Amino acid sequence: MSLLWLILLLLFGGMVAGFSERFHANAPRWVALGVIAIAGAYLATIPIGTEVNAQWIPRFGISLILSMDGLSLAMVALTLFLGLVAIVSSWTEIEDQHGFFQFNLLWTLAGVVGVFTALDLFLFFVFWEVMLVPMYFLIAVWGHEDRAYAAMKFFLFTQISGLLLLFAILALVYFNYAATGVITFSYADLLNADIEADVAFWLMLGFFVAFVVKLPSVPFHTWLADAHTQAPTAGSVILAGILLKTGAYGLIRFVVPLFPDAAMQFRWPAMLLGAVSVVYGGYLAYSQSDFKRLVAYSSVSHMGFVLLGVFAWNALAVQGAVVQMVAHGFSTAALFMVAGALQQRLHTREMGEMGGLWVRAPRMGAVAMFFVIASVGMPGLGNFIGEFLVLLGAFQVDVPLTVAAAVGMVVAVVYGLSLMQRSFQGEPNPGIESIADFGAREMSVMVLMMIALVWLGVYPQTLLSISEPVVSGLGVAP
Amino acid sequence: MEWLWLVPTMPLVGFLVLFTTQGRLPNNLVAMIGAGSVGFSALVALAATFEFVQGGGKPFEQTLWTWIDVGGFTPSVRLYLDGLSLVMVGVITGVGFLIHLYATGYMAEEQGYSRFFAYMNLFVFAMLMLVLGDNLLVLFLGWEGVGLCSYLLIGFFHTDSTNGYAARKAFVVTRVGDTFMALGLFLLYRELGTLEIQASLAGAQEAWPEGSTVCTVIALLLLGGAVGKSAQVPLQTWLPDAMAGPTPVSALIHAATMVTAGVYLIARMHDLYLLSPEAQLAVAVVGLLTLFIASFAALTQTDIKRILAYSTMSQIGFMFMALGVGAWSAAIFHLMTHAFFKALLFLSAGSVILALNHEQDIFKMGGLWRRLPIPFWSMVIGSAALAALPLTSGFYSKDIILLTSFDYGTGGAWFWGLAVVAAFLTSLYSARMIFVTFFGEMQTEPHDNSGPSMWLPLVLLAILALGGGWFGLAPLVDVMPDGGLEGDTHTGALVWLTALIPIFGLVVGYLIYGSKQISVDALIDSKPGEGLRRFWASGWGFDWIYDRVIVKPFMTLARINKSDVVDRIYVVTAALARGAHHVAVLTQTGRLRWYAANMALGIVLVLLVVLEVL
Repeated sequence: MSLLWLILLLLFGGMVAGFSERFHANAPRWVALGVIAIAGAYLATIPIGTEVNAQWIPRFGISLILSMDGLSLAMVALTLFLGLVAIVSSWTEIEDQHGFFQFNLLWTLAGVVGVFTALDLFLFFVFWEVMLVPMYFLIAVWGHEDRAYAAMKFFLFTQISGLLLLFAILALVYFNYAATGVITFSYADLLNADIEADVAFWLMLGFFVAFVVKLPSVPFHTWLADAHTQAPTAGSVILAGILLKTGAYGLIRFVVPLFPDAAMQFRWPAMLLGAVSVVYGGYLAYSQSDFKRLVAYSSVSHMGFVLLGVFAWNALAVQGAVVQMVAHGFSTAALFMVAGALQQRLHTREMGEMGGLWVRAPRMGAVAMFFVIASVGMPGLGNFIGEFLVLLGAFQVDVPLTVAAAVGMVVAVVYGLSLMQRSFQGEPNPGIESIADFGAREMSVMVLMMIALVWLGVYPQTLLSISEPVVSGLGVAP
Repeated sequence: MEWLWLVPTMPLVGFLVLFTTQGRLPNNLVAMIGAGSVGFSALVALAATFEFVQGGGKPFEQTLWTWIDVGGFTPSVRLYLDGLSLVMVGVITGVGFLIHLYATGYMAEEQGYSRFFAYMNLFVFAMLMLVLGDNLLVLFLGWEGVGLCSYLLIGFFHTDSTNGYAARKAFVVTRVGDTFMALGLFLLYRELGTLEIQASLAGAQEAWPEGSTVCTVIALLLLGGAVGKSAQVPLQTWLPDAMAGPTPVSALIHAATMVTAGVYLIARMHDLYLLSPEAQLAVAVVGLLTLFIASFAALTQTDIKRILAYSTMSQIGFMFMALGVGAWSAAIFHLMTHAFFKALLFLSAGSVILALNHEQDIFKMGGLWRRLPIPFWSMVIGSAALAALPLTSGFYSKDIILLTSFDYGTGGAWFWGLAVVAAFLTSLYSARMIFVTFFGEMQTEPHDNSGPSMWLPLVLLAILALGGGWFGLAPLVDVMPDGGLEGDTHTGALVWLTALIPIFGLVVGYLIYGSKQISVDALIDSKPGEGLRRFWASGWGFDWIYDRVIVKPFMTLARINKSDVVDRIYVVTAALARGAHHVAVLTQTGRLRWYAANMALGIVLVLLVVLEVL
């Protein structure tokens, strides 16, 4: 039952954190920190292969199946780590309703952990919803000036795609029932479902759209810029660092394995969307003048590589996509932390009002430079391994689309360096006399993320060998 | 040899120490770490050289760890030392150390001393990985790493946004080349199933016949990477702007080492080019074009560093041409001698610039030769070698290239002829630079307070620039397809003409800029002359074209589409929904009569439909 305990710990911890505000305004963040620390320590004791399988609603074939394989472990570990980063990054940013804030944060994390481990489609859907609602509150209550609009947009996109997911799940279960006479939501059973090709195609499309809205891929990406920009720093960290990965995870875990033939039939359009996302996302990133919005759009570009890699569906590309998911989690979380720190100090995100900040805050400048360099795909850091493997794998499948996506390598440099130039380099803005540099609290998580990215870049085998059995088990072409 | 891994590791450690201490160390300690780490590498490399020679020139491999292991793709981080990488390592650590030593003095007054040496050490590490890696992925790590350091160092004085612009331009333009190169790697892997350099070269010879299309495509894609990094046509435009970086950076990165990485790449992958005569011809043509374009551009620059930048471009053009016409060893030989004399030229220019309080315009210098003797003589020696005057190092390397190009198929005479014109221009602009800078009337009072850390590297490099060509390049014999530098077999007028052209250029240069017996003023002041001067000075208008064809449209589109046209779909959908809502609201009046009338109307309509009247 260890996986269930992990999720319950986060849910229960969230409630404790919420109530603890009655004792002291600072109590919730300490409680949340403690809960994450305990959850992290507990995760370390859970071996790969752990599974929980219990009856839940037997009448409808719904069970409580939670399972931890290598891919889930990598994603859950990333989730808890970025949860920690989120709490640290919002340490001084949140000014009111501390309890409710930490409650929402921990409940989102609980939902995400559930999404990454549930192997019953109904349960999966429940967790899918659990992670969204608290995230809506995080944006709507503690967001910036346009938070109501952004939160509503986020909610509508995810709810409509969630509805599509629910329909697709129910239809899949129904068609499987029609074929076998058994109602089951169990992933393992549905994997072998015998469904007609055209039906399978439409079901695949339902899952696909639901997940690429989350990813997000062009043309469903427009919620992202508003949501990421308006969310408080912790919200952006979790959104970009983890929530986007649930879409990618869904593609790897569900879309292709459940409908292998249909997915391969849809390979070219899917890879095309990936390549378009890489280039168009990067181009939109360059167009922005808002620091945070630029970082937000860069996620569209980076997750485009994941889409491209998943549908190339060979070991190189899918493993590359996994590395990209983790590496992007770190690099983008760090950049959102920088964005949040700047907003807190300057009360603006407009790069036109920044400039030359390196002189005022050299540590912050060096940190920003490091993560920009990482996100443009510099070899030696994790993102490069992800992008290179994806492109190398995709090249075996479709040359023109790979060439198109490779243009993203250039675009990334264009927007990444322009971000640095407009904010940290250039003539110091005379309007800004001094800003506080990163302190020990921020630097400690930044250094951890730097080490993680260097490790991923120099010895990615640590992650690759964890995810290898999963990837080959899902039927990825060698 | 077992210590080979220390060669790249020392500068990496230097970088890590300087990076993590974030400028908290005192300057002299920073200098010791920064220059010392590279010096230590140079010593280890020297020891490796002795062992290499004693071992009869057998290649040495050292596998450090398996970098990635996915689906049969298993690149290792493996170092490979053969004659070619030995020469490169020698140049990088040797010349690199002298430049670091010089920089300890040159940068003494500047802010960010520690940051500077951190970047420099990182650069040396990346450059060493580039030449030592036995896998194209490791090479690519170095390749991108040097590009990053180049960016960081060009924009080192980051509070001036023109430096930032130059730095970004360098990174973006070279990244275009890098993308071609990455595609070349993907294709190579798809065809041969490996990125190991030795294995893929052997595999290529087995798998492909001469003239194979796929081999040509790979070779051309790699050439795309090479032209970006080595500032060759059409990706050469970043190099002149890169002079915004501190002068030691220009000497190390933009003269001696990084910009020659493309030459190294092609020499390293020479089997692919031997299999594809078309691709090899493309290398030669790129080299010749660049050589020609850059020589004219150098003639019209007024900024001493930009003269040297265009000169570097043209000398690398010589190397590319050499590779293309099959003078493989001569290309690497010229790479080495060029590293000596061009580093010397940049560093002596740096000393002049520093003494004149950062004045870089040669027409605001003049008459400095008595006041700055060491930079003066250094520059004379460097220029002599650049112009390939007999007995200097540059003569030995350039002479072979010119003579070999003459033998190249039917077009040989063309290659030779155009390259000789460029050689003439080289000595002409060298003479111009020397005479205008050091003779004539003094325009600015110099203040030379450089210490031994600055003049010692100049003296040592001057010795190398003079004598560095006498030894030839024995280690290349086993590596390059032409079997190393052979004794030349040409005779007669061709040899004399090739050797005397530079002297002729020098004489003309003296007559124009030294004794001023020939006046070119009338030529320059004439309308076509002025137009041509401006055209050459702008680097043949490449920037102008790229700006209009690529940069401007991209930026305009970015400005127009800032709010993302795709979002319009959703905005319109939302607006329609809201509109429908307003229409629906209109029906909700709260008046009973209105509701009753509507209900009645509805019933009638339904009845009519049911009774099939409608």
